[in-house]
Amino acid sequence: MARRTPVAHTITATVAAWIVGFVIFFPILWMVITSFKTELEAFNTPPSFLFFHWTTENYATVQERSNYLHHALNSIIIAGGSTLVAMVIAIPAAWSMAFVPSRRTRDILLWILSTKMMPAVGVLVPIYLIFRDLALLDTRIGLLGILCLSNLPIVVWMLFTYFKEIPKDILEASRMDGATIGRELVYVLTPMAVPGIASTILLNVILAWNEAFWTLNLSTSEAAPLTVFIASYSSPEGLFWAKLSAASTLAIAPILVLGWFTQRQLVRGLTFGAVK
Amino acid sequence: MGSISLQDVRKTFGSHVVIPGANLQIEDGSFVVFVGPSGCGKTTLLRMIAGLEDVSSGRILIDGANVVDVPPAKRGLSMVFQSYALYPHMSVRGNIAFGLKMAGLPRPEIDRKVDAAAAILNLTSYLDRKPRELSGGQRQRVAIGRAIVREPKAFLFDEPLSNLDAALRVQMRQEVTRLQRQLKTTAIYVTHDQVEAMTMADRIVVLNAGSIEQYGTPLELYERPANLFVAGFIGSPRMNMIERETEQHQGAATIGIRPEHMTVSRDGAGWSGIVRAAEHLGSDTFLYVDTPDIGSITVRCVGELGLGEGDSVRLRPDPARVHRFDKSGTAMR
Repeated sequence: MARRTPVAHTITATVAAWIVGFVIFFPILWMVITSFKTELEAFNTPPSFLFFHWTTENYATVQERSNYLHHALNSIIIAGGSTLVAMVIAIPAAWSMAFVPSRRTRDILLWILSTKMMPAVGVLVPIYLIFRDLALLDTRIGLLGILCLSNLPIVVWMLFTYFKEIPKDILEASRMDGATIGRELVYVLTPMAVPGIASTILLNVILAWNEAFWTLNLSTSEAAPLTVFIASYSSPEGLFWAKLSAASTLAIAPILVLGWFTQRQLVRGLTFGAVK
Repeated sequence: MGSISLQDVRKTFGSHVVIPGANLQIEDGSFVVFVGPSGCGKTTLLRMIAGLEDVSSGRILIDGANVVDVPPAKRGLSMVFQSYALYPHMSVRGNIAFGLKMAGLPRPEIDRKVDAAAAILNLTSYLDRKPRELSGGQRQRVAIGRAIVREPKAFLFDEPLSNLDAALRVQMRQEVTRLQRQLKTTAIYVTHDQVEAMTMADRIVVLNAGSIEQYGTPLELYERPANLFVAGFIGSPRMNMIERETEQHQGAATIGIRPEHMTVSRDGAGWSGIVRAAEHLGSDTFLYVDTPDIGSITVRCVGELGLGEGDSVRLRPDPARVHRFDKSGTAMR
């Protein structure tokens, strides 16, 4: 059997990559297309792919029925704020575990991660009661706190992994140069870890932006982010596919744009240390 | 000022003893080299002086003040790392200025000092480059610049030249020595390379398994090694150690003769032997001789004697330069 030429190999790989990419992207594409259909066409079987009466009425209805900007602003505050707080806690935590480990550091890291293995619904009732008693229900600060806490394990782990890649010598050099621990973190560690920190921030923003369990259970209107806005279109009176799709498209648009512009950074960060 | 004194300094990791108790007095302005095989604790000792490693017990005095509880940032020492450890995100200027910035010096003064240090190290035209744009030798200079600019009480060097190629290493060796003499700052230099130790040091500390075997000038170590370890470690090729009972005299368990302190002839008095291998370097000849009396002996002769494999030779030691060691390996005087 003749060996395949590199050109044929490249073509096969490219086609395969496009197919996989298209399959993964298809649900999002379908959602966007559906958002431009009428409710009737959205239910048609077989569904029409491109040849239907394109309309923007769903977007108009969605705008009329609910306040998109209000929810978007909540999403920005909750996702951005929870990420910021998580970073302030996680950078020193990851620093200490990466550079001054103790005998128990590995155990602590595993314990931190183990909290993510528990289904969130298992603590819904206690968390709900705590939120009720502290008057945190439907407040931005409450959601910001719970999302920060629930993403903190991943943030600490990611930062820990990036920090591990930074030579200890350089931090010691800064100590010899007279830097205090605070200044070492600000002037030496953080700038060196920028790619890792940036991708951690991006990932955390995306996770917090898309988080639906806590936001749906702990907020209704005042503090409700875009997830609640989407969910409000799957109502007891019936599913409104087209309007739901329009709301979803509006909800993911900002994060999609953010992801698009930062994809280079994101990929570099997620594969950081994988090839060294 | 920068005198450093170690008093019963111990280092243990759990039950594992790394430094069983070191005592050392380093005078202000001197260049002291810690030398020893890998794993002998020389780097650990240096890092304890720097403050990067905790001291299990004992005292470290810098200019008379005990610093064991003082963080590295406050000890007033500067260190050059084996990996250079430059700040990759800062320019050469930023790297050299960092310590001064941390000390809170005013900007014009920082600039003046950085420019002066850069001039000494021929780095002036590289000040705006990043470390990744520099060669190994240049990075090494930046690391040294970062150390000298702060005018520390002492420089600590942790095998700084081991990543350079041989030619550059010789050049940097001389530069570091010249710089230290010029600045008259105390320096502690860790290396496993005895040539670096012999050529750079005012005084050498020979370490073995965490213990100081001998502390003295390079020539003292060469001429009067305190024990078998130092005798074997200093000098290249290694000293010949003869343990045959027939050669034990005046109570010595071992006698040592350096390869360069033997004379070789084709006949006459002395131990007879057969040349097993000969290395001709032009300036020197190394002969590896098998003798029935005293085993395998290395001899270093100046010049070319025309001796080769299989030739029978006679070896005669220089009686004034024979080293004698007792049963415990300590030198007998």
